[in-house]
Amino acid sequence: MTANYETREHDVLIIGAGGAGLRAAIEALAQGASVGVVCKSLLGKAHTVMAEGGIAAAMANVDAADSWKTHFRDTMRGGKFLNNWRMAQLHAQESPDRVRELEQWGALFDRTESGDILQRAFGGHTFKRLCHVGDRTGLEMIRTLQDRGVQQGIDVYMECTVTRLLMDGGRVAGAFAYWRESGRFIVFKAKSIVIATGGIGKAWRVTSNSWEYTGDGMALAYEVGAELMDMEFVQFHPTGMVWPPGVQGILVTEAVRGEGGILRNKAGERFMEKYDPKRMELSTRDVVARSIYTEVKEGRGTEHGGAYLDISHKPAEYVKKKLPSMYHQFKELADVDITKGPMEVGPTCHYMMGGIRVDAETAQSTVPGLFAAGEAAAGLHGANRLGGNSLSDLLVFGRRAGLAAAQHAKRSSTPSIDNAQIEQAEKELLAPFSNSGSESPYAVHRDLQEVMQNLVGIFRTDEDLKKALAELVKLKSRVAKVSVEGSRLFNPGWHLSFDLKAMLTVSEAVTYSALARTESRGAHSRIDHPSVDSAWEKKRNVIVRESGGMSRREVPIEPMPKELQEILDEDKV
Amino acid sequence: MKEATLRVFRGDSSGGQTVDYRVPVAPGMVVLDALHYIQGHLAPDLAVRWNCKAGKCGSCSAEVNGRPRLTCKTRMDDLPQDQPITVLPMKSFPRIKDLVTDVSWNYRVNRKIPPFEPRKGVEWKISQLDVDRVQEFRKCIECFLCQNVCHVLREHDKKEQFAGPRFFVRVAGLEMHPLDGLNRAGLLKDQLGLGYCNITKCCTEVCPEEIQITDNAIIPLKERVVDEFYDPLTMLFRKIRGG
Ligand SMILES: Cc1cc2nc3c(=O)[nH]c(=O)nc-3n(C[C@H](O)[C@H](O)[C@H](O)COP(=O)(O)OP(=O)(O)OC[C@H]3O[C@@H](n4cnc5c(N)ncnc54)[C@H](O)[C@@H]3O)c2cc1C
Ligand code: SF4
Ligand code: SF4
Ligand code: FES
Repeated sequence: MTANYETREHDVLIIGAGGAGLRAAIEALAQGASVGVVCKSLLGKAHTVMAEGGIAAAMANVDAADSWKTHFRDTMRGGKFLNNWRMAQLHAQESPDRVRELEQWGALFDRTESGDILQRAFGGHTFKRLCHVGDRTGLEMIRTLQDRGVQQGIDVYMECTVTRLLMDGGRVAGAFAYWRESGRFIVFKAKSIVIATGGIGKAWRVTSNSWEYTGDGMALAYEVGAELMDMEFVQFHPTGMVWPPGVQGILVTEAVRGEGGILRNKAGERFMEKYDPKRMELSTRDVVARSIYTEVKEGRGTEHGGAYLDISHKPAEYVKKKLPSMYHQFKELADVDITKGPMEVGPTCHYMMGGIRVDAETAQSTVPGLFAAGEAAAGLHGANRLGGNSLSDLLVFGRRAGLAAAQHAKRSSTPSIDNAQIEQAEKELLAPFSNSGSESPYAVHRDLQEVMQNLVGIFRTDEDLKKALAELVKLKSRVAKVSVEGSRLFNPGWHLSFDLKAMLTVSEAVTYSALARTESRGAHSRIDHPSVDSAWEKKRNVIVRESGGMSRREVPIEPMPKELQEILDEDKV
Repeated sequence: MKEATLRVFRGDSSGGQTVDYRVPVAPGMVVLDALHYIQGHLAPDLAVRWNCKAGKCGSCSAEVNGRPRLTCKTRMDDLPQDQPITVLPMKSFPRIKDLVTDVSWNYRVNRKIPPFEPRKGVEWKISQLDVDRVQEFRKCIECFLCQNVCHVLREHDKKEQFAGPRFFVRVAGLEMHPLDGLNRAGLLKDQLGLGYCNITKCCTEVCPEEIQITDNAIIPLKERVVDEFYDPLTMLFRKIRGG
């Protein structure tokens, strides 16, 4: 069956309308490119809107001693030195300007006494560094970007899902997508494409991520030959809600700990004293998540299998002012007044450090004309991301991706797309309507989530990971048989049947990489290899598609230039 | 396990009817959880919008037992369970399918509003007091529930003439930005139709962010329009009365 499709043409096509995509769009537009932005949800509903705690930038408004060098060092240390050091450098140097720019576009942050942008403490950051607006920083950021982008003239295609990248020989030429509302198809032609599709958390059962986070962008890039890297590094945020069941996994912002929140176990012990006496609750996320997990596993968990997080020692008015959405979230969803008593929290799958391998300066992937930024790209965060470093990442590398994509478009001729690719994409997408089996996409999704949750979670073993790979093979054959009911009109079951494919691709990449890395580093913890192996500090896992299927390579990490090495060494003195 | 009946609208722009679904009720469950249960087990093509599941993105708006609400923040145990819980799409927007409506009109209205523009030569110092004052308007999650209940839109369908409470909130957030240099009074009067609002406060009642839309956004904006366009008259009036 061949369906009709409409065609649109842009110099630069951006897939994703979160902070990274919108910042890229604004920059590409400023370069004179015609820009289209595609997103799965309505504009303004991407994950970025949910970010709470803040945006990290060494502005030194609160702690005058802060500088890009300290931010760089904190980021590298948090990432266990696996970060792309050039990205970490650019990020630390450019974030303050990106935040100021946001302010000049109308974002309003909380202020210091002297009228500057206020900054709060966060895990792994030496100084008070997170610019914020209460606990709704992401909302302020995405509204500012979306209003600016729209006024400047980006074309937004909302509720439109890209299912395939189209190629012209070795370079990118466009994308195939469907409108969620009507189920009709649309083909985009573009000289450059920026992937800004965010993360992959929906492959796990307990997650802070929404339905959108199915790894689409990584899978799309992988399919056309781009390299994925650091895929074993999945961040489990230490504090998600654990009760009641329906809200399990919903994020409790790290700002609670940044504002002085204390973690205790069932016996009332402040257990972080055992795991990281120096930094306590503001240790890095990998450490705090493992600590809570261990407390629960060893029988010291709370009634619903978590830890207590308490901020009620602070004045109630202060809590309501600095953490208003947490106050409401617990009051309305869990019947807990956080100004009076503790919250129950436990780890939740939150963020993907790995992703599309890109060049630090231009954000270009290994495929010409294909760029990636934000959570979909890898490199900046290494083995573990510090809180607040994502929002700044979106701005710094979103801008760089937009700039380079526009420049690439200027240099390029209009690509051509052969019909065979489009027909193939149509056929693939419509298959679930003609499949005769009774496999439900929801059932396959539930089973995938169990596999990833139980076998590829916070603590991993060789045995579990191999079991997971075997399960993923079975799930793949089930996905091929998924059938859907109803019409093409706004049909979530049908939408999920495509998302499942992407989730399976990234799940497989995560599992392969985790199996290969026989050490524990950052967010990747192997029970059977509990210590750091220095050999793994000099190389990283890269996943690439080959004719036989998924293949893994180890690539060396380039040595750091002397001046950066010195910044890291300073700290040891 | 306890069970409840959800009576959900199924249909599209050409029409439809409600369908009853039996759903197991877990502790603390919200209406959106129940809708997800229906999708996962009973009606895989049930169309629902959602993202954050925590009242932060404004995607999951619907009319639950006749009240416009975020389904992710509406607890099942707050609703009477001896009778069916009705879940209908927002009435003021064209239906697409099931609970999903066409809210694109809102995005078109938004385009009419010029964004923040700093005053010339401004110094980027702001006091926290000034931030606190506008914070309220910037909390808006664009759930469009206020647009849905406002009678100017719901009963009189004045979508061409009237921007609706959501966008008065947005203009208030810009106009009261301490460093903004534009004046949007003319826009409010002529293009956004502020005059159609007769301060019934229905919008304020449904706002999940508890924004005092009428008292804190609309009324001050109305005053601003009056000052801008009718001030000479009022001054004359005062003069005659010797006030
Ligand atoms: C609850 C929560 C709180 C957080 N708090 C913080 C914080 O305080 N500080 C911080 O630094 N970070 C925080 N993070 C992390 C941070 O918010 C995210 O990493 C970041 O917003 C990701 O931005 P992005 O632009 O990469 O992608 P997103 O904002 O997720 O946007 C992805 C976009 O891609 C689109 N898309 C995806 N697939 C497709 C497809 N196939 N076709 C078309 N479009 C597609 C989506 O529709 C969406 O528009 C938080 C995350 C969560 C979940
Ligand atoms: S107060 Fe005005 S804007 Fe609000 S519902 Fe009433 S008429 Fe509409
Ligand atoms: S003002 Fe309130 S009700 Fe209206 S869209 Fe914003 S959050 Fe929703
Ligand atoms: S799902 Fe985000 S507000 Fe309900």
